[in-house]
Amino acid sequence: MSCTGKRHILEIDELSVSFYQYENDHSSRQVELPVISRLSVSVHEGEIVAVVGSSGSGKSLLAHAILGMLPYNARVSGQMYFDGELLTAEKMKELRGNKIAFVPQSTTYLDPLMKVGEQVSQGRKNAARRQRQRSLFARYGLEKDVDNKYPFECSGGMTRRVLLTSALMDEPELIIADEPTPGMDLALAKKSMEDFRIFADEGHGVLLITHDIELALEVADRVAVFYAGTTIEEAPVADFASEETLRHPYTKALWRAMPQNGFVPLPGVQPYVKDMPQGCPFGPRCSMYSEKCQGDIPMQRVGCATVRCVQYKGEPLAVEAHHIHGETAPAPHHTKT
Amino acid sequence: MKHNLLFAGKNFIRMILLLAAVSVATFALVSASPIDPLQANVGQAALGSMSEAQKEKLRSYWGVDEPPVQRYLNWAKDALRGDFGTSLLYRQPVTSVIAVKLSNSLFLLVIAWIISGLLGFLLGVIAGVFRGRPADRLVKGYCLVIASTPAFWLALLLLLIFSVWLKVLPIGLSVPIGMEASGVTFLDRVRHAILPALTLSITGISNVALHTREKMIDIMESDYVLFAQARGEKAGSIVRRHALRNVLLPALTLQFASISEIIGGSVLVEQVFSYPGLGQAAVAAGTGSDVPLLMGITLITAAIVFLGNFIANLLYGVVDPRIRKGGRRT
Repeated sequence: MSCTGKRHILEIDELSVSFYQYENDHSSRQVELPVISRLSVSVHEGEIVAVVGSSGSGKSLLAHAILGMLPYNARVSGQMYFDGELLTAEKMKELRGNKIAFVPQSTTYLDPLMKVGEQVSQGRKNAARRQRQRSLFARYGLEKDVDNKYPFECSGGMTRRVLLTSALMDEPELIIADEPTPGMDLALAKKSMEDFRIFADEGHGVLLITHDIELALEVADRVAVFYAGTTIEEAPVADFASEETLRHPYTKALWRAMPQNGFVPLPGVQPYVKDMPQGCPFGPRCSMYSEKCQGDIPMQRVGCATVRCVQYKGEPLAVEAHHIHGETAPAPHHTKT
Repeated sequence: MKHNLLFAGKNFIRMILLLAAVSVATFALVSASPIDPLQANVGQAALGSMSEAQKEKLRSYWGVDEPPVQRYLNWAKDALRGDFGTSLLYRQPVTSVIAVKLSNSLFLLVIAWIISGLLGFLLGVIAGVFRGRPADRLVKGYCLVIASTPAFWLALLLLLIFSVWLKVLPIGLSVPIGMEASGVTFLDRVRHAILPALTLSITGISNVALHTREKMIDIMESDYVLFAQARGEKAGSIVRRHALRNVLLPALTLQFASISEIIGGSVLVEQVFSYPGLGQAAVAAGTGSDVPLLMGITLITAAIVFLGNFIANLLYGVVDPRIRKGGRRT
């Protein structure tokens, strides 16, 4: 089904995440805040897929949703498939840290009271794991004395590398990296991206969540553009060569906003979840906005890309069709585990 | 090393200042109290039968008519030399009275301190890990009920149940009544200490448990626990490897800070059980205008509480790598 004909490692079909929150400090009424709505993205073997969106747009929650680690007041709907199998809450528990590795965003993700070497190898006694941790550290220029350092003794860049090595420890199938490079110098950022490349080329997948579109275009094979809680276009990197090969008006605007392409800013801001417009979330800022945009707009496959815009007539995504599970899978509804 | 010495030196000076301030405050309070030291110590009847000249002699012997500042300075001068005076109530040197009372109390205090610390920590950890589940609600309910119960009332309740109704434990004192001191066994002492220690433990637990629970919840919601989950660590391993390690430090501070509460509680509880410890002696000294003894007791308890906090600070430096290594660097 996919353009490349490669095996799907991860497929996310119409994922929605919302939070239940008290309306305000004095109210006991809970309101539902949709933070991710009907997001679809897929990662094939050998691919780095970048999910690009502006800061604070809920990208990190995507990573948490795939790993089944959303807070208890979150509600999830939609399907996710890993290696063709439906990702249920149990399945996520089984896969995380094993087949799916996570490189978190912030340096607070390390236990402040445990030496980093021990944290990465997850135990002092296992000599083989110790060995592997040491060789991974060495690969990223972390000297032997770093093993015995506590997180507070490591610089930001060192901590990033520690987090990266922790993901590579268990030889996963898929790495989900949430903003893995800030704080690294250019050479190191390149190095870690090269490592993602090598990792992907070995037949694995990488889902790179970032706000840095230039970084994404440099290393990714495909880029999914995240806008107001959903993906509005997923296209091969080659399509970003010119404005014409791109599809969605927002992606085109994003392209024009890049320094080498004219540096033209797009007026307005992304809508906040509480006052999301009807239909297309980009509608209010779109020059081609019409009445058709107010309805329900499905993600459609156009050529090798997918896009969520009424201007295009493509075939439906039909994620379920290429899975062994023919039956309609139940929406995984899980709470914090 | 230099850093450590500096730290210890600073704290020593702090303790001296604290003790000086406590002694002044205690003295000022006793001086302001309406109790007539003569009447309190000689007795109403004896005082009535004394001639004015005798009273005057006694007055000047005790220095009652000297101005309070002068009296305080007299006391302080001797105290600095290690002489804390003679207790008016017990007719013995203050230091030896305190030694006896403290050894009685210490038995209670240490038991209560250990039990409330360990149980409080355990319950707090359980409640924090199973937040919102029945175990948590049970612990929280217990803690809130106990926290709002006065210690002396609880003591009376336990007395009523175990000593009056069930008659399984003694009703008071630290040794059996009418028994020679040489005949008192260790078991007798333990039997007499059970109820007061139990009261102090029960009340102590709630504070420790609630604080530990709060810390535990923070930790279980932290990024590093989330990351441990993302790396496939199971709940048990997360608690063992990450949560306990991180909750131990605040628990340590809490444990040493709770010394003051246990000592404070013992004053009331010893009173209810007529347990001849430091707390009861403090009450007797206060109401009997036994100034030297009261000064001695307040100073010793202040010193114990201060030392508890000081030890916690020292242990922090040993246990917490951030302080241990960070302090070394700067």
